[in-house]
Amino acid sequence: MPRRLLRDGLIVEDDWSYLAEAGDGAASALILSLTEWQSRRDSWIARVGRLGVWLLPAERVELLEPDLPRFSLIAADFPGPSEGRGYSQARLLREHWGFRGELRARGYVRRDQLFFMARCGFNSFELPDSDIENAAAALSTFSRAYQPSNDAGLALKPPLRSRSTPASA
Amino acid sequence: MYRYDVVDRTLVNERVAQFRDQTRRFLAGQLTEDEFRHLRLRNGLYIQRHAPMLRVAIPYGLLSSTQLRALGAIARRYDRGYGHFTTRQNIQFNWPKLEQVPDILAELAEVEMHAIQTSGNCIRNTTSDHLAGVTPEELEDPRPWCELIRQWSTFHPEFTYLPRKFKIAVTGAPKDRAASLVHDVGVHIVRGQSGELGFEILAGGGLGRTPIIGQVVREFLPREHLLTYLEAILRVYNLEGRRDNIHKARIKILVRSLGLEEFRRRVEAEWESSRGAGPRVDDGEIARLRGFFDPPPYRRLADTEPAEGQSTAFRAWYRYNTTAHKVPGYRAVYVSLKKPDVAPGDITDSQLELVADLAERYSFGEVRVTHTQNLLFADVQQDKAFELWQALEKAGLATPNIGTLTDMIACPGLDFCSLANAGSIDVAKHINERFDDYDYIYDLGEIEVKMSGCMNACGHHHVGHIGILGVDKSGEEWYQITIGGAAGADASLGHVIGPSVAKTEVPETIARLLDVYVEQRRPDERFLDTVRRLGVKPFKDRVYAAPVAA
Repeated sequence: MPRRLLRDGLIVEDDWSYLAEAGDGAASALILSLTEWQSRRDSWIARVGRLGVWLLPAERVELLEPDLPRFSLIAADFPGPSEGRGYSQARLLREHWGFRGELRARGYVRRDQLFFMARCGFNSFELPDSDIENAAAALSTFSRAYQPSNDAGLALKPPLRSRSTPASA
Repeated sequence: MYRYDVVDRTLVNERVAQFRDQTRRFLAGQLTEDEFRHLRLRNGLYIQRHAPMLRVAIPYGLLSSTQLRALGAIARRYDRGYGHFTTRQNIQFNWPKLEQVPDILAELAEVEMHAIQTSGNCIRNTTSDHLAGVTPEELEDPRPWCELIRQWSTFHPEFTYLPRKFKIAVTGAPKDRAASLVHDVGVHIVRGQSGELGFEILAGGGLGRTPIIGQVVREFLPREHLLTYLEAILRVYNLEGRRDNIHKARIKILVRSLGLEEFRRRVEAEWESSRGAGPRVDDGEIARLRGFFDPPPYRRLADTEPAEGQSTAFRAWYRYNTTAHKVPGYRAVYVSLKKPDVAPGDITDSQLELVADLAERYSFGEVRVTHTQNLLFADVQQDKAFELWQALEKAGLATPNIGTLTDMIACPGLDFCSLANAGSIDVAKHINERFDDYDYIYDLGEIEVKMSGCMNACGHHHVGHIGILGVDKSGEEWYQITIGGAAGADASLGHVIGPSVAKTEVPETIARLLDVYVEQRRPDERFLDTVRRLGVKPFKDRVYAAPVAA
């Protein structure tokens, strides 16, 4: 059964494959680990089809910088419920490196983290079937926020720094 | 004090709804224990020895009378009629039922309170000086900055899953009453070279298994950069802090392993590259926040002293339990939660309500929680102090011991906490039984005794002038004693005097330490300074010279 995703607020079938799942011949849109990318960089560049890369929590996003335009997807891995480095990876990719492609959260991803992930800049989420139907609602868990956001899809109040709401509002 | 607007109110209400749903899913078996643990901890809910424990945030220790009454009602309805104030200015309830916690949170939301991020690996409640705004020595009231940090850190999307907990303390006076040097980050309001106010930023302090005093990362930070600089520190920590070992995951370990210079270099580099996109502090916003902390309408009064004819009990209380105020005719008045037969920091539901009433009558309807687990009326007219004392005295809240030997800090210990190795509350009680002569206690002067039931150090034993740490020795409760620690601007870690002692020997051990002090002290020298001058040896020699007759 094809993997389902929550992407831009909608449940869709995944049109990407991981190299480990599909092999390099099959899929046109292929996600590589950083090691896989680095070890055969030239042949991946020569290949026809979209490329994505997924990062382990300890892998620095700067390593992708020279090749950033080659990727239309970057995924951050969350090995367990306490993992948090992906949130910083996402903000760095969006804010510092200006990555505009699909930013995906994979691994331990549940609806309770979605709001924070989206605000850091993730726009697609690999969720277990038990969570995916209810997950879109989690994107609007909070209708306000104190911090600036990287998610244009969330209609949130202006960030704290420009706040001028009267106390009686 | 700060009042919620529609943004704050909406967020807190939505949090209640979120947590209600998470609790429902857990009780319905849709979330595992471990999954729910990560969620409940970010809402202050621990599963403890007897029952869940709910820690409620008191931002920088400030409470209104309305909030105190709500806490009293919660203590009565959902707990066993009391609460416990912590060293981080929060309050804990020890007996709530898990399924009722969403209702408690809803009641808290009604009075602009919550339990958001009071536990878990995230940015915790920001603490501050309990004398903020009233102490004569202050450069600037730190509370508007605390509120700014509170808002910025609440549901911060990037920093909600940190390697470990993260505590920030902010002070605006040279005397540090917030233990900022043993926080993950300390923010000090300081004056720059051309006279403008900004911040000194410290990082890497902390207690627990590996106590470390915080170090200065930046000597002067212009005020508009406060949040971007904090984000830079947190990002370096979030990405590089250890996640493989819970005991090495605090930022202090990262700072130590990189070295201060390298840590600073990384923070500065991150700040240089990210500050442009980050949340700059807006002058209008900080002015808005300042407005919430404007001085109350003080009357024009002259300073007065207690009259000669007034009772000695009142005069002792006035001397120890009140302190200087910047406005003539006013004093800041401590409510001692260190009555000898009560667990340090505990307060009953009816006491909470009484304090609420007294705050309205005598202190503009506000109360502060101190880092040392007492309460404070910040703005009391000196000529009303006697009336206030009488009311407090009747309720058991006027024990005249602030800053003295029996004003002990203690964690809940083995009686409540599932982490503890040993009891704290009964040791405090034994110490109180042994030292009940106030002439002697007053003669000893300023002395801080701090007690933790395990090496997690919630009772800050490392920075007690006398520190007491509960350890487990093959199933028995023993206590390791340290001396020479301090938590203020001259913070230092205590030195272990020698082998740990049995529970019954703790009071006698302390008595021997005090004997050495009384014999050796110079005029006006505090216990701490005598220890610093003489070193541990004479104290150690006395304690272990002869066996303690239990």
